[in-house]
Parts: sequence; C-alpha cells; structure tokens
Amino acid sequence: MSVVEALSRTRGGKRLHWTDYAAYGYLVLGVFLMFGPVVWLALSSFKTQASLLEFPPTLLPMSQKEAVVSGYDKPLPLFTVTLPDGSKKLMGQVRRVGLQAQMVDPNAPDKPINVAIGQRQPIRELAFATSNYTDPLRQFAFTRYLGNSVFVTIVATIITLLINSMAAFALSIYEFPGRNAAMVGIIGTLMIPITVILVPVYLVVTSLGLINSLWAVILPGAATPTGVFLLRQYMMTLPRDLIEAARMDKASEWQIYARIVLPLSLPALAVLAIFSVMWRWNEFLWPLAVLTKSESYTLQIGLNAFQGELQVQWQYLLAMTVLTLIPVSLVFVFLQRFITTGIANTGLK
Amino acid sequence: MAHLELRDVEKSYGTVKVIHGVDLEVKDGEFVVFVGPSGCGKSTLLRMIAGLEDISGGDVRIDGIVVNTIPASERGLAMVFQSYALYPHMSVYKNMAFGLENMGLPKAEIERRVSNAATLLRLTDYLQRKPKALSGGQRQRVAIGRAIVRNPKICLFDEPLSNLDAELRVAMRKELSALHADLGGTMIYVTHDQVEAMTLASRIVVLRAGQIEQVGAPLDLYNRPDNLFVATFIGSPKMNIVEATVAASSGDNTRLTLPEGRELSLPFGGGDLQTGQKLSLGIRPEHIVVAADGDLEMSVDLAEQLGGETYFYATGKGLPQFTIRENGQANRRRGDTVSIRLRRDSVHLFAEDGKAIRHGATQVPG
Repeated sequence: MSVVEALSRTRGGKRLHWTDYAAYGYLVLGVFLMFGPVVWLALSSFKTQASLLEFPPTLLPMSQKEAVVSGYDKPLPLFTVTLPDGSKKLMGQVRRVGLQAQMVDPNAPDKPINVAIGQRQPIRELAFATSNYTDPLRQFAFTRYLGNSVFVTIVATIITLLINSMAAFALSIYEFPGRNAAMVGIIGTLMIPITVILVPVYLVVTSLGLINSLWAVILPGAATPTGVFLLRQYMMTLPRDLIEAARMDKASEWQIYARIVLPLSLPALAVLAIFSVMWRWNEFLWPLAVLTKSESYTLQIGLNAFQGELQVQWQYLLAMTVLTLIPVSLVFVFLQRFITTGIANTGLK
Repeated sequence: MAHLELRDVEKSYGTVKVIHGVDLEVKDGEFVVFVGPSGCGKSTLLRMIAGLEDISGGDVRIDGIVVNTIPASERGLAMVFQSYALYPHMSVYKNMAFGLENMGLPKAEIERRVSNAATLLRLTDYLQRKPKALSGGQRQRVAIGRAIVRNPKICLFDEPLSNLDAELRVAMRKELSALHADLGGTMIYVTHDQVEAMTLASRIVVLRAGQIEQVGAPLDLYNRPDNLFVATFIGSPKMNIVEATVAASSGDNTRLTLPEGRELSLPFGGGDLQTGQKLSLGIRPEHIVVAADGDLEMSVDLAEQLGGETYFYATGKGLPQFTIRENGQANRRRGDTVSIRLRRDSVHLFAEDGKAIRHGATQVPG
C-alpha cells in the first residue's frame, strides 16, 4: 500500500462519511500537537539570537536584509522609507538616535537624511543562521559529549537487555516458590521515583568510586522493572512445548535461553531497546547529579551548559537540541520495523 | 534402542493423584501405544518417561538404570509434540540439526544425518524453509525428523496426528508404521484415537483414570478384553452392551435372561456362574446378523451407508440402542423392524464389577 493510499483511506462508499471528517480532523489535530513543537524547534534553531527574542515572533527564521553601501564599513540594514512627499524608497540605516534614524540611499551614499522611525519598515528575508550549528561544534566539546552519550546509550542498552531478559526468562519459564512474590517486588519498585532514591544511590555510587565515570550513569539503571515486566509478559506467551522440545533436544538451560527464548522474544527486545535508548539518551537528572566534570558530560548535560545563570544562549541550545534529537529518531525508525516482524512467527498451529 | 521399565510409577499434583502405580515393560524395538479417554493420564505418563514431569513415586528405568532424577536433556530420548513445537525462527535444517549440535557432533556428521532423515521423510526440498512456510503434514514430518536424527533410545509421540485433517492423518499413520518398520526403534505413542492405536501398535496399553486397564496386542484387546471398559473403548463402532441375568448354567450351556423376559442360550458354561447373577453381555456390531428367526426384534433408528458396509442403529423394547454392521449396501430405513441374531461364539460376558467372565471363541470378523 502506498503512502498516498494509506493516508487517503476512507470508510468506503461514494461520499465521505462524517466519521471520515472526524477521523481526519482528529488526526490533523494530533499531527499539529505532536509535530508542531518539533517543527518550531527545527525552524527556530536557524534563527539568530536577535530574531529569537523578537516580538511578535515568527515561525520562519527571518532576518533583516542588509546591503553593503560604499563609504560604510559594515553592511547597513535595509528599510522601506516613506518620504515626506508620500513616495517610498529603499534606504540603508546608518544609525538610530532616539526617535530619529539616519538613513542613506544606497545609490547616493553621501547624502544621509533623518527619518522618524515610524516612517520606515524593515525589509526582511528568509535566512538560515547556520552559525548556530557551526559555532558550538567549534567552541563546545560537542563531539566529546556525543561520544559519551553514545557510549552510555549503547552499553546501558546492551546491559539492560541482557540482565532484564535473564530475569524475565527465570520469572517466566521456571516455576518456583516465590516467583510471583519476586515479580510483585520488581513491579513494586516502579512506584519509587528516582528523586526519592537519588541520594542513597548517589552515596552508593560515590563509595564505589564511580563518580564522574560514565559507569555511574550506566549501572544504577541497568535493571529496569519495566523491562523485566515487558519481557516476562512476552516470554510467558511462548509455547511451553518449544522449551520442552529444546530440553528433549539435549539443550542446556543456557542454550534454551540463548538459542530459543531470546530469538523468539526479538519483538519484545526491540521494544525494550527502543525504550532503553530513549531513556538513556534523554536521561538528565541522574547524569547531572553524578557527572560534574565537563569531559564526562553527556549531551543532555552539555546542553544544560548553554543555560547560564544570567543569559541563556537559546540559539545554540535549540540547534544542539535538534542534533540531539536526530540519533534517537533514527534508532526509532530502524528498530520499530522489528516490532512487526516476528510477531506472526510462532510456527505453532 | 532401549528397554524401558516402569515400576509402580505414581504421579500426584498436591493431594490429587493422577497416576496410580503403573507397572509396564517396553521391550527393545516395540511400538507401544498408550490409549485412553482424555484425562486418563496417558500424556502425563509419557511426559514422566520423557523427564518433563517429576515422578512422585516408583521407578522409571531405561536399560536398567533408574532415571527418575536425570533431567530430560540427559535421558537420551526424543519426543514429538502434539503442537509439533518446531522452532519457528529456525529453518527445517536447523530444526533437525539443533539436537545434534547440542550433542556436539561434527558438522559433517550432522549434515549426513539430517540429509538422511530428510530423504526418508521426503523433506529434502524444504530444508531451507521456515516452519511457517510448510503445510501441516510437512511440519509433522519435520517434527518426526527432529526426533529420529538423534537415534534416540526411545522415540516418544504425544498425540502427534491430532492436529491433522482426517485424510492426512491416515496417510501419516501409514508413514509412521513404515518408519517403525524401517528404523526398528523403540517407540511409545500416546493417542486417544483407538483406530490409531489398533493400526500402529505392536502392543496397546489401555489407561483409565491413571491406571492400566489392559496391556496386549491390538487383536488380543479386541477379541479378549479384560473388562467392560476395554471392551467398549477398543473397537469402532463400540461393542453393544446389554444387561442380562443368569437363568441357568451347566458345564457346556448357559441360559441368560435378557430384559423383557427374553431368553438366550449360549454354547458355553462355567462353574463360577451363579443362577440369578447379574451380567453384562457384550457383542460387537459385526457379530450380529439379521435373520428371520432372530433373538431380538428391533426397530431401526438410523442407518449409515458407508458404501462397502452399512451400520444401523436399532432399539428394542427394554434394550439399549444396538449398533449392527452389515456387509454391502443394506436397505434399512427408520422404523423398519428387523430380527437380529447374536453370534453365540462371539458373545462376551462381564461381571457386575466389569471384569470379563467369558469370551466367545476368538473370531475373525465375518
């Protein structure tokens, strides 16, 4: 099915049913609500600092058109000036003094005139301030932060998948006394927010000497109750016959885990991987607590550095936020295909 | 190939006992079928032999060694599951090779064995396919192939044909028979279908409520059932049972009273039959003939024309519904009155507790 076909599906019949209008109206609203902020972010990341603070704000990155006028060192901003006789003229502004601006005609640069500021309209054009991207990449250790973030995300996701799948395997395949109690205990930890355990975990991490190491970010969150729960629920749906067939086939329990259960849980693992990547990539509070040296900053903490006490460099913050969004979006695009494949894959009648 | 022995094997779930002291010996190369109604414990017993269920009491011995505590993976048995339980993420080749890889065989040997099994089961063209791309019969063959490539001591089958349609089931039944003839291994097969049991088994074990009712060759069970349960379970359609009372019994003649005062004289007697003793008389559908001067007058309820033979169901006053088989295409209609004769030499007598007292002479159906 092509994209156009998918996007133009209706309830059927010759005319559009009112539910078609309702459905599309709802979907458009949804797209606007979800995607609007992202579009705003992307467009704003190309605005100069001045146009970000401009009022009224614009959606597109607009900036004042400028022109080089002979006799002036800097390019002059261009305005449309309404002259006393009612005619309009394109002029550059040399300087502004109070309510008066000294303007000059670019074709006659030696005859500046004074114009009331109400009599001139700025000429604006679409301009992308790519320096928002290039400047921080030069000045700010973006690549180092990126490297740290990638390391934390990948290693933590691998460890999370490994540990959680083992726990889920034990809790779903084996029957032992206390199995349900263990599960309830794991689920129960979901109710404890990170802010509550921030200090104790910080103390543990400190006494292990992990402060300012990326492992301090990776290890405490490696075993997630959500992941164990998700994988366990999925593994419980695997037919028991498969496990027993593997036992009859002389497979050890490790082989059953690695060669039967893990491959068959791929869709659930993909979902957890997506979650884990998003959690780790976007994690802020915990890394902020344990990473104090800038060489161990992750991207999120690095971005925070643009937010000074007195001034926020919004243009850099927005641009770097866009860069930060790209990898996690790509991961989602690639991994979400795994979710659908393999679901109809049980092979049992 | 191996010799299996069950000694007083028991299984309970909590306080509920599901297998009550089963004793059984399966000899090398035998094809033994466990048959019984659903819930009789036949699958549980098989899984206990496999090692997939704990044994609550008694011993399971394979080649003389008690295997009670040996895990399934180390017992050296193979099992074919009702659901086939093929590994969906592996190709047919991988499915069959999985067990061999776990045994640590060299690659060349694995390849040789898998391709032999594939040839035997006509799967050579499908080796690279995933199970979901196979038909039911092919999946079944892969499951069997996976079991036999390992040359297991005993091959266990847990209702392997019950997911197939009727036609395929008959075809696979023949293949399994041929396979056993070719390979000659020890096989234990669980089914609730007594036709499968009759056609496949070298010996049948009839189970009911966790106990063995009778063990024997198919025709032994058919001709000389030990009790009423086996008599009615084995044979399709079922044996007809009618209540009777002993009117008189002498050395070579027994007279029975049937419901509504009908009398039946049998050409055998027995000292242990008491006058007035209540009995169940059993007679198979093919041992009843329609005759002018029959023993019982009955009215036809329903006739089933199978082409080569006709079954009709008839009731008489005070009698349960009888199933009667006739050769060829007999023209019976609902409401027709027929007079039937029970072949005296094929009558079975059962005591009130269900135990067989007398069997008619062993008969070839005729």
